[in-house]
Amino acid sequence: MKTDVIIVGGGLMGLSTALHLARRGTKVIVLEKQSSGRHASGVNAGGLRQLNRHMAEIPLTVAAAEMWKNIRDLVDDDCDVELNGQVRIAETDEELQMLQARVDTLQAQGYQHERIIDSAQLYQLVPSLVSGCVGALYNPDDGSARPFHATTTFRHKALALGAEIHNGVEVLGIEESNDGWQVDTNQGVFSALKIVNCAGAWANRFAEMLDESVPLTPKAPMLMVTERLPPFLDVVVGAVGHKLSFKQMQNGTVIIGGAHLAQLDFEREQSTINFRDLKTSAQTVAQLFPSMAAVRIVRTWAGIEGFMPDNIPVIGSSAKADGVFHAFGFSAHGFQLSPVIGRIMSELVLDGKTDLPIEPFDIRRF
Amino acid sequence: MKHQQHHELVIIGGGPAGLAAATTAANTGVECLLVDEQATLGGQIYRAVATVPEQRAKLLGPDYQCGRDLLDQFSASGAGYLPSVTLWDLNSQREIGILREGQASLMSADRIIIASGAMERPVPFPGWTLPGVMPAGAGQILLKSSGLVPGDGVVLAGAGPLLLLLAWQYLQAGVTIHAILDVAPAANFWKALPHLPGALLTHHYILKGLRYQIALKRAGVKFYNGVTNLQAIGGESLEAVEFTHRNKKQRIDTPLLLSHFGVIPESHLSRCAGCDHHWDEAQLCWRPVTDDWGNSSVEGIAIVGDGAGIGGAVAAQHAGRVAGFESVRALGRMDTKQRDDAARDDKNWMRDDLRVRPFLEALFRPPAALLNAPKDDTLVCRCEEIDASTIRNAIRAGHEDVNQIKFQTRCGMGPCQGRQCDNAMSQLVAHQLGVDTMVAGGYRIRPPIRPLTIEQLAGLEEGASK
Repeated sequence: MKTDVIIVGGGLMGLSTALHLARRGTKVIVLEKQSSGRHASGVNAGGLRQLNRHMAEIPLTVAAAEMWKNIRDLVDDDCDVELNGQVRIAETDEELQMLQARVDTLQAQGYQHERIIDSAQLYQLVPSLVSGCVGALYNPDDGSARPFHATTTFRHKALALGAEIHNGVEVLGIEESNDGWQVDTNQGVFSALKIVNCAGAWANRFAEMLDESVPLTPKAPMLMVTERLPPFLDVVVGAVGHKLSFKQMQNGTVIIGGAHLAQLDFEREQSTINFRDLKTSAQTVAQLFPSMAAVRIVRTWAGIEGFMPDNIPVIGSSAKADGVFHAFGFSAHGFQLSPVIGRIMSELVLDGKTDLPIEPFDIRRF
Repeated sequence: MKHQQHHELVIIGGGPAGLAAATTAANTGVECLLVDEQATLGGQIYRAVATVPEQRAKLLGPDYQCGRDLLDQFSASGAGYLPSVTLWDLNSQREIGILREGQASLMSADRIIIASGAMERPVPFPGWTLPGVMPAGAGQILLKSSGLVPGDGVVLAGAGPLLLLLAWQYLQAGVTIHAILDVAPAANFWKALPHLPGALLTHHYILKGLRYQIALKRAGVKFYNGVTNLQAIGGESLEAVEFTHRNKKQRIDTPLLLSHFGVIPESHLSRCAGCDHHWDEAQLCWRPVTDDWGNSSVEGIAIVGDGAGIGGAVAAQHAGRVAGFESVRALGRMDTKQRDDAARDDKNWMRDDLRVRPFLEALFRPPAALLNAPKDDTLVCRCEEIDASTIRNAIRAGHEDVNQIKFQTRCGMGPCQGRQCDNAMSQLVAHQLGVDTMVAGGYRIRPPIRPLTIEQLAGLEEGASK
């Protein structure tokens, strides 16, 4: 099968890239080895967070936030976006000073989206928080969305714009041809002028085929969800001194993350929940939200995601192969970036450049 | 109470299969612990067998007393026993998450035998979630453990031997049975017939069924056969049952409807552990893939009794012993020949006992439409209140297996962990997509398979880390 662009990986990044390319009239085929949203894209915590990101990601996250605000314009659906803010709690004055220093750095560069709130403002936002916290980093425009819903919506929009999405197609090899690339799969050969690698935790398999292996580590961060509770929390809560992501969904359930890892059998794509580590998450919640003590945990799970050693993604053109581009290794905080990544990749593919600063994400850094 | 954290063998479930497995292993000197969710041994079939008064035991029938022998042998074996344990996790490394008296802890074992038994097949028919509509098994539990019977009479509906047994037990207890509605299609009889010669080798099962039926008819209980369009009607709670019988719409007023559509393996534990499962088209349920010795696809985990596929209490006992001997071998206390010799009789008896199954499965098979084509407005997932039309819409939107549909609709994501809708969802999706149930798939089961509170997890006793 022949097309303009092949995208390897039907997760959120691949689908976003597909829909942006298709919007500009490009013929796109997405090759997904399983089904969209099967791993990290579908089962992540759904945080729309600009707060506390790596400095290199700031221009991207700010651009992405604008896109989420108007996500209906992009995909004709709201993806269950809720923008009620995110806070990062300081429990001590030292922690608050660290946050203040960050805000100062950002403001020196002209970014106003993160700011410090005092304890009175914090308790107004998070009344159920244990007493004694001194303040927080706050962004009122952050929030969350439902990841599987978003993935589905992006897929539908990409399809509506004419993209082709093939599930159950695993890429086995790639070869340069006269006018582009031939991708060998378990379902035959696909060819295209250009290729985009959005294969997430599996992206290095593809990079290896191009002889540009990167130190990507697949990991499976664990999440848990509680029974439904009456509404008590609008903002998403993190903390300086704890690994925590804590939010109440619209249906009343509370999703608790903390980046603790499940045991991962990558070959079999199966993870085993590590309750010894998940216990730490439960202790953090019990400590910061005493009213949660008797709340029932209904389910735990883990999504398989690709991590880079410096915790920022690889975005840009291949160092080894002309017409091949990468967008992977989002290290468990790619969900919020997904709309802008699609835009960036479509610009790289079609225009050869983008106006957003992506130099820090170059694959040549490894 | 502080208990040991690692065991040579842990047996999960105190019904006939678990009791027999534990007794067998302990008798050969294996250190083993039986953990059970119930406060007393016996499982569902021999519930409260040790404590039930003589009068009620008689009411429950002679089979019930067989359980007492099993219990005596278990008590004499020296196997350890932990009652009232909630199991909330089992993983492929043979770690077990348990909850006892509010304390969560992890336990591990060299070998595990899952004997978690059966559960009633949940079937989403219109009105099945109304108060006053109960699974017949729940009615039987009340009768067995506390002698409770419905005061204002009852309608029994469904298919399967338990329905007749419970009706007979209620009859003995003086309960008014307004009617028995049999949903098994009349054609089942002809489909079952070829299996009759095999079944006759264990004719006592068939005689027993006939005996119940004769006793009920003699007492004037009204039977409706080949019932379709079963509906529970009511506002706040059940008021009546409506159904079609011989092309005529019928209505019976009743405050209580006990429904029963057969039993299926309780497979959440074995699925949580990652054991391979397959869809059994004869039993219409997910069941674990096991070898002749009960071993699952996960090293060191065996599954026996009804939890491995419905075979009844007698076959479960034999299977328990067979897996017991196999675990003794795996732990190095027997060689293969000793195991084969020791297990020979049980293997033969089990095979004989199972001969009746194809006949029973064909005879009591619920009609396909009842299982795979619930009406659009019938709730499939009662926890999340997801109806069949929502699932059909998700399929139309391009979701191609039950887990994608679960993600999209939240069907199966409630506190029951999908126990109630798993089977129905798999069949509905397979039917709607026109694919095998294996292709439609079953829910991936995530721990905790029983809810655990934040503070219980925060206080987890970790045990020996491996």
